[in-house]
Amino acid sequence: MSAEPSPQSPWQAATITRIEKRTPRVTSFWFQPSRPFAHLAGQHVDIRLTAPDGYQARRSYSIASAPEAGGGVELAIERLDDGEVSPFFHDVAAVGDEIELRGPLGGHFIWEEGDGGPILLVGGGSGVVPLMAMVRHRTLRNKAVPVALVFSVRIWDEVIFRDELIGLDDRRDGFDLVLTLTREPARRPSDYSRRVDARMMAQAVERLPKAPKLTYLCGSNAFVSAAADALIGVGVPSEIIRTERYGV
Amino acid sequence: MVTRGFFSGRRPPSDTDARIPPGQYLEQGFPVLSAGPTPRVRTEDWSFTLKQGPKPIKKWNWAEFNALPQSKMTRDIHCVTAWTKFNTPWQGVMIDDILADAGIEPPTAYTLALSFDGYSTNVPTKDLVTGKAMVALLYEGKPITPDHGGPARLLVPHLYFWKSAKWVNGLQFTERDEPGFWELRGYHMYGDPWREQRYSSDL
Ligand SMILES: Cc1cc2nc3c(=O)[nH]c(=O)nc-3n(C[C@H](O)[C@H](O)[C@H](O)COP(=O)(O)OP(=O)(O)OC[C@H]3O[C@@H](n4cnc5c(N)ncnc54)[C@H](O)[C@@H]3O)c2cc1C
Repeated sequence: MSAEPSPQSPWQAATITRIEKRTPRVTSFWFQPSRPFAHLAGQHVDIRLTAPDGYQARRSYSIASAPEAGGGVELAIERLDDGEVSPFFHDVAAVGDEIELRGPLGGHFIWEEGDGGPILLVGGGSGVVPLMAMVRHRTLRNKAVPVALVFSVRIWDEVIFRDELIGLDDRRDGFDLVLTLTREPARRPSDYSRRVDARMMAQAVERLPKAPKLTYLCGSNAFVSAAADALIGVGVPSEIIRTERYGV
Repeated sequence: MVTRGFFSGRRPPSDTDARIPPGQYLEQGFPVLSAGPTPRVRTEDWSFTLKQGPKPIKKWNWAEFNALPQSKMTRDIHCVTAWTKFNTPWQGVMIDDILADAGIEPPTAYTLALSFDGYSTNVPTKDLVTGKAMVALLYEGKPITPDHGGPARLLVPHLYFWKSAKWVNGLQFTERDEPGFWELRGYHMYGDPWREQRYSSDL
């Protein structure tokens, strides 16, 4: 049997309490940590899987839930078919399982209501996850902050959190959603059907009542680089651009 | 704690096992991680400054710096996001040779590496000298791309890779061990991958 973790261990067991498919490739998992913690919007946790022979695999996952949301920590994990950890979650993990986790982690890619705005969020694929925590945090705490989210995915059915995001957009309370589908025609008047580029970034900035105070970009390295170059190209100062890159 | 149903894993071949620190996995690619946009530093604008506290000791421009003796280092590197990459080949100027050109011995026990984009990271001076670290100018024989920290990045391969500051433009000797950008944001002050010193809560 597994040993009790020492009191100082940053790792703790968290129980999966709920699983919900978000898109064909992305599923949300809610975790109830044995030692609950407060996180900030944008932070991530590390997950560690241990095989019977002691072999371990660890990966980082952003927290999708707002800090003030009850009901545990939501992670939204995209399945990479030839990956090691993400297929485990999609194929094996079940409600009631205990998974080792540590966190919250990350002290840079975070937004708190006190940071103010307007803020511009740009996410590609599962890179929307930490941005979703920021959008939810804003909704629950400080609707006065204008937020524009540009969310790039390949097709309409891959828009993670789609109903929730469109519902928030429909409120017209200062949250603006722009979807850009790279492999399908746009479906809503505000949306695009191409990759993120400078003109799209210029138009996203114009949607805000004044120039953004902070900009958060998240996704694959290629996506983040393209979005950062586009923003800098239309005059957004690099000092206000924060990035989180999911690696390759 | 054993995870229910996690069997296969992707174990490293046993002959490489000893080279992979705890909690790391072997990566064939070269992922890119950084806090902000990639700065495009032109070599015409590039410079490297040695400082003691706020006081500059010596400054080199690109041509002067490239004229210093260059060495090669091929090392395994370990990123805090858990990937390890074997045999990365670098070429650049050893910190020892930078100090020799400035005609100084290391004046203090601690150093902050400074970057063009305003970031910094702290490294004990002893981890930079005696052949342990360099300012790298080439990767795989070619100029380092901006994504990977070019024109020049620090290379301290025995520590987690965030210590190998990208877009490095100077070293500042400090009296105390002062946390840099990442260390102020929850990352470990030293960052030894073999002791899994990832975050400030790690011993
Ligand atoms: C701060 C941070 C936050 C993140 N947040 C999220 C999030 O919210 N949601 C999310 O889905 N992801 C997130 N990620 C990415 C996540 O950490 C994992 O990288 C991702 O889930 C892939 O892990 P994996 O084990 O499934 O795939 P890996 O096994 O890591 O493989 C990734 C890809 O590399 C290839 N590969 C690498 N090595 C090998 C090998 N030896 N053999 C074969 N193929 C190989 C595979 O083809 C695969 O497609 C985040 C990453 C970071 C750094």
